[in-house]
Amino acid sequence: MDLSLSTRTVGDRTVVEVGGEIDVYTAPKLREQLVELVNDGSYHLVVDMERVDFLDSTGLGVLVGGLKRVRAHEGSLRLVCNQERILKIFRITGLTKVFPIHTTVEDAVSATD
Amino acid sequence: MATVELRFSAQPEHVRTARLVAAAVARRAGVEEAVLDEVRLAVGEACSRAVGLHRGNGLTAPVRVVLTEEEKVFSIEVGDEVPGPAGGSVDGVAGIDVVLDPDIEGEDEMGLAVISGLVDDVEVTSGESGGTIRMSWPVSGTSALP
Repeated sequence: MDLSLSTRTVGDRTVVEVGGEIDVYTAPKLREQLVELVNDGSYHLVVDMERVDFLDSTGLGVLVGGLKRVRAHEGSLRLVCNQERILKIFRITGLTKVFPIHTTVEDAVSATD
Repeated sequence: MATVELRFSAQPEHVRTARLVAAAVARRAGVEEAVLDEVRLAVGEACSRAVGLHRGNGLTAPVRVVLTEEEKVFSIEVGDEVPGPAGGSVDGVAGIDVVLDPDIEGEDEMGLAVISGLVDDVEVTSGESGGTIRMSWPVSGTSALP
């Protein structure tokens, strides 16, 4: 399955809904989307990963890259994920300490800490 | 002898194919269903790394994936043809500090970190003719029926 991306605005947050597989082939599309959002002035991003079937380190690298970009503008990048097999990859790499991970988009959008 | 051997040109779009083939062969070999996700992810990481190495070094040679089913173990070997330190074993997987360093892309290192975190039995070697990542998983002994 290929990657699907859609964005919507909720208050001052931009929610990026990602579906399908994020790997070495598709990750550049996600990178482009995040770069474009930051260039357009969206610095508070919520990446909804509930429909992601597969994530590898290339995808993690893109998310870390996105985080670095929004931080440069004092922004935030929050993730929404409940899937154990995806969460496991964040734990293995220690990235659970780096990304705030929420169970619902509503939680992520209203989070301020 | 290898159960299945796969060679693919070092293009990112073929890594998914390698993942699918590896998972299918692992399932047939009797690797537990719960572990197949790990097999898929680990082989994907190893192949992505090999593709990156070949492309980064301008190599046109294919990436090699060897899947071997034995009595009690299923193993996967992913080989690249980028020469490294002879007889060397690659260790010292980068920590999270490297990954978060704004000046370092770090995806390659993160790939190895994922493999090391996922697979108990993994060996990364490099030599004059290229590098190899060898991973193995126990099998239950009862292969899936055709």
